Amino acid sequence: MSTTTATETHAGTAEHHELSFVRKYIFSTDHKMIAKQFLFAGLMFLALGGLLAVMIRWQLGFPGRPLPVFIQWIFPDTMAPGGIILPEFYNSLVTMHATFMVFFALMPLMAGVFGNLLIPLQIGAEDMAFPRINMASFWIMPVAGFIMLASFFVEGGAAGAGWTSYAPLSTSGEWTGVYMGQILWLISLIVLGFSSILGALNYVTTVMNMRAPGMTWFRIPLATWSIFVTAWLLLLAIPILTGGLILLLADQTLGTAFFRPEGSGEPLLWQHIFWFFGHPEVYILILPAMGFVSEVIANRSRKPIFGYHSMVIAMVSIGFLGWVVWGHHMFQSGMNPLLGMTFVVTTVVIAVPSAIKTFNWMGTLWRGNIHFDTPLLHAVAFVALFIIGGLSGIFMASAPVDIYIHDTYFIVAHLHYVLVGGSLFGIFAGITYWYPKMFGRMMNEGLGKVHFTLSFLFYNMAFFPMHNLGVQGMMRRIYDPNQYEYLQGLQPLSTFISISIFLFATTQILFAFNFLWSLRAGKVAGNNPWKSCTLLWTTPSPPPHGNFPEMPIVYRGPYEYSHPDREEDYWPQDEPPETSEAGGQLAAAPSPEPVPGD
Amino acid sequence: MSQGAVATMDRKPMPGMMVYNKKLGMWVFLLSEVMFFTSLIGTYVILRFAHPDHWADVGLVLNVQLTALNTFFLICSSVTMVKAFAAIQEGNQKGLQMWLLATILIGASFVGIQVYEYMALTGEGFVPMLDSYHAVGRGNPHEGPSLGGPLYGATFYAMTGFHGAHVSIGVLCLIFVYVQSLRGVYTADNHEGVEVIGLYWHFVDLVWILLFTIVYLI
Repeated sequence: MSTTTATETHAGTAEHHELSFVRKYIFSTDHKMIAKQFLFAGLMFLALGGLLAVMIRWQLGFPGRPLPVFIQWIFPDTMAPGGIILPEFYNSLVTMHATFMVFFALMPLMAGVFGNLLIPLQIGAEDMAFPRINMASFWIMPVAGFIMLASFFVEGGAAGAGWTSYAPLSTSGEWTGVYMGQILWLISLIVLGFSSILGALNYVTTVMNMRAPGMTWFRIPLATWSIFVTAWLLLLAIPILTGGLILLLADQTLGTAFFRPEGSGEPLLWQHIFWFFGHPEVYILILPAMGFVSEVIANRSRKPIFGYHSMVIAMVSIGFLGWVVWGHHMFQSGMNPLLGMTFVVTTVVIAVPSAIKTFNWMGTLWRGNIHFDTPLLHAVAFVALFIIGGLSGIFMASAPVDIYIHDTYFIVAHLHYVLVGGSLFGIFAGITYWYPKMFGRMMNEGLGKVHFTLSFLFYNMAFFPMHNLGVQGMMRRIYDPNQYEYLQGLQPLSTFISISIFLFATTQILFAFNFLWSLRAGKVAGNNPWKSCTLLWTTPSPPPHGNFPEMPIVYRGPYEYSHPDREEDYWPQDEPPETSEAGGQLAAAPSPEPVPGD
Repeated sequence: MSQGAVATMDRKPMPGMMVYNKKLGMWVFLLSEVMFFTSLIGTYVILRFAHPDHWADVGLVLNVQLTALNTFFLICSSVTMVKAFAAIQEGNQKGLQMWLLATILIGASFVGIQVYEYMALTGEGFVPMLDSYHAVGRGNPHEGPSLGGPLYGATFYAMTGFHGAHVSIGVLCLIFVYVQSLRGVYTADNHEGVEVIGLYWHFVDLVWILLFTIVYLI
């Protein structure tokens, strides 16, 4: 690996004795190495989830046609006899695509990678509060992923009850034909929960307790703020899911009847438990991207972020409101309409902080000195696609409209606008922006722009028409829509979507190539290639073990770009004021502020 | 790095939460534990309101007297834990060891009594399974009408079982702390481990008081 660049000769490495290969690259307790481990693991699961999506789209684009020659040989007759995907296997594909993407790709790529990389570096700490717990948090994840992968190879195949695993579909193999696969799905997610909780525990403790002198709550960069709020959501939401999963596992294996209607259990209770976790989870998947985008947009526009305080307050209030909206996933479940009305109101209220953030990003870009490089393009795409995803969300938030579009492709379009258009483009912005700090080299700009342009184009070609499919009544998770006469006319559109997805997936090879090639051949980045103000960029790229040669002192907020009194267009957080009254300034600077919101 | 510069510049982290990392971490972890028990207790509340016919009257199936005694034991173990912490705050290692041992023994007997209770209950047909649930009530070995329904058994074992697991893990951690104390690791200035495991232990105790009330007494 090219992490051993010339920069390692900087001060700081000398203090730390050389670690063995195993301690340095495998069982590492260094937060930066753990971030890289999460990055590689997350990208692999992202690729796997993408391949599953391609299989799904093959069936929908070309129903009943055998898979192309080489690919059809991979699958046994229990999955795809003669290359034709079986309905049961299709159910598994849909379930596992969502499961891998949500739990094994997006969550590790956002909280796992950037939580670990950014928090200590942005707040001026030498590492996480609990480095060994941090290591455990990573190593639990591949174990859970292995269990989940193994479920493809057991009798009956992988779980097929959807990533939401609604009871009673999930309580017994009678309904889906999947026995062991569903049990492994439950065990895997229970195990994975520990990874999330251990990680979140570390993030929260580190942010609260290990900030450098002068790093008051309102001088924390927004990326760290977003992960701090996310960590609270993880910490409080994941145990709810774990509790529910354990009870569902008991229904499956012990023969209890928590969610089984035949024993007076309550299938609806599962939906309430799942979505009480599930809606905070939605914000777990989008808040970090909001943080990354805020960093990139402020930096690449060379302007202070518009409304820093309102950005923080908006994130904290999204974090709170996320707990009282779960019922909007259940308008069609037979819930009391009066209760539904309450959830409509709380859900629509979330539009307020979301709109504040959106307008703040636009306000930051407004009349900025915008540098159109890859991170900014991805960040602006995030804002644009998040607006589309947010607006389609308002359709679903109103119960009367949702009754019509519930569980149709409109929902599929909405969630992919938020999770691919939002989260994935946010992750691309984050990776391209912080890649130089992680690996000491820049990613290739030309390749990056081609990757962005094609991705943005194919992405919209693939997902925008899905709104149309949904409004015309095509249901999500359906194996072969052509079984209904009124959906047969939509087949050309489905085929178009599938081809766009194949192109979108192929485009990602460019990203993978750029990522791997730049590890060795990228331009050497130097400490601060983006001329950013945050503490992160004062360290060598990549930073040595222990990060800072001495604890930095923070004098100002993280977005002091284009200050009128200065020649340089950025003002690092740790640069002492020019008044040279260092003593007096110092005494005033590190005064702690009260904790907002918690 | 020059030590002199560090001393004059006062490069210390922000005061933060005014507690050390391990303690803050334990508090944060306990919050997530609160949510875990919330999911179990919430399930219980909802199922009980939806199906009151699945629950039998207080004392018919569950042995309230025995569990009340067990609850008293667990509360005593919290007292001994406080004593252990108080001892090491004064640097009294012998006192720490003695009170830790007492806490371990009481905690272990709580788990033991719970296992005995489970065995008696399953013998009387009070099981979590839908198909084999047939609770005949206490001290009643004969066939008779079933008291309550399977949701009673299922929620009972889910809540008390996971609490028991937490007590067992607590006992294991206390044994580790006890071994450390025998090696003289803890002193009047350095006893973070004792305080952190103490927090966990009091939390588990507190959860039990809640569970005892809603499972046995209501």
